[in-house]
Amino acid sequence: MGLELYLDLLSQPCRAVYIFAKRNGIPFELRPVELRKGQHLSDAFAQVNPLKKVPALRDGDFTLTESVAILLYLNRKYKVPDHWYPQDLQACARVDEYLAWQHTTLRRNCLRALWHKVMFPVFLGEPVSPEMLAATLAELDATLQLLEDKFLQNKAFLTGPHISLADLIAITELMHPVGAGCQVFEGRPKLAAWRQRVEAAVGKDLFQEAHEVILKAKDSPPADLIIKQKLMPRVLAMIQ
Amino acid sequence: MGLELYLDLLSQPCRAVYIFAKKNGIPFELRPVELLKGQHHSDAFAQVNPLKKVPALKDGDFTLAESVAILLYLSRKYEVPDHWYPQDLQARARVDEYLAWQHTTLRSSCTRAMWQKMMSPVFLGEQVPAETLVSTLAELDRCLQLLEDKFLKDQDFLAGPHISVADLVAITELMHPVSAGCQIFKSRPKLAAWRQRVEAEVGKDLFQEAHAVVLKAKDLPPADTSIKEKLKPSVQVLLR
Repeated sequence: MGLELYLDLLSQPCRAVYIFAKRNGIPFELRPVELRKGQHLSDAFAQVNPLKKVPALRDGDFTLTESVAILLYLNRKYKVPDHWYPQDLQACARVDEYLAWQHTTLRRNCLRALWHKVMFPVFLGEPVSPEMLAATLAELDATLQLLEDKFLQNKAFLTGPHISLADLIAITELMHPVGAGCQVFEGRPKLAAWRQRVEAAVGKDLFQEAHEVILKAKDSPPADLIIKQKLMPRVLAMIQ
Repeated sequence: MGLELYLDLLSQPCRAVYIFAKKNGIPFELRPVELLKGQHHSDAFAQVNPLKKVPALKDGDFTLAESVAILLYLSRKYEVPDHWYPQDLQARARVDEYLAWQHTTLRSSCTRAMWQKMMSPVFLGEQVPAETLVSTLAELDRCLQLLEDKFLKDQDFLAGPHISVADLVAITELMHPVSAGCQIFKSRPKLAAWRQRVEAEVGKDLFQEAHAVVLKAKDLPPADTSIKEKLKPSVQVLLR
């Protein structure tokens, strides 16, 4: 059995892993894990990832979680072009810096925006107060400002002149609030231009393919009561 | 000007960087940034790290934020022993996996436990609601269980038979609730044994030196009003 990637393209980190593998022609078996059906909570999947999260990787006997670790593993094992995670000491450090920073900032705020704006009301049937939503969107806005001012600045890509893992991680995050109907690129021409460059570097078709699921998230059929009860505690913990 | 490390040993990620640099004989100028005096908000420090956080590194013209990025930069530049961040593909992936996982789990719960149990009452003169503290300590407990079950398991160190940067990042986190009086090693013999091994590898003297500040935090005099006003906005999020 070759490389297996356990993914749900509803999830931002799964999209980053998917795009990276596809773009670099890395052969893998796609193992779909449907989050909205609670498939990540199954005993079978716990064998792959006892933390019950996606993405997860299995390569023979070796299993691995955490999208950043998976991207770095694929990057090293398959000898992809240097720009994804440069050999140059300082260029590499810039990528590491972004990959570390984003966990508690952009990832968190993009996740909250999607759940507060769409997934709670539409999928879980739980209303979210306008104040809560406004606060979440304000936090997202502040993070987008940091993304532009501290990371992108006047460069073509987040960490330099070429696309890297940092851009993949970031763009797939930003498509989360986009999927929720947030106009994150409106009023942000710098970020919008960067998005175009990333899409071009990834390839429009692959980019669209990877984002088909999230862009239909607002049409999620409501969860039945059993699924809702199963998912709620973990969702609440996830978006803290 | 050689390598400069901007640190406050009150901060867990600063301790990890400090221990790593000292243990590996990496020459650096220590630039103290006193968090409790609000020095991280100064214009001067913003030149080093516009995100206004420690640790930060300056190496000539090159500045770098994020402890994980700094640790990896130092390990590459100074060619430290392999075990800190192994070349082996799978061993390295295990370290990456821990370093990615810990941001939103152990780091978050250790910081909140220390601030809610100790810093808020002692330094800010404000008691956190009992339910909040109980919930935070329960969350810490869950993270410690995951640390044992998913990462440490029956290994000597978190990512395998040898100490790595993962262990440094983890142990410095755990000393945060320890400093607040949480007996996290008491009913966890596996974790306690791992802590002994890490301390022995680091060296008792260096370990104690790195933790002197945080272990005395409970004896801090209460902050005056102006400091309280300065710090409260950034600290509020830790008290929820």
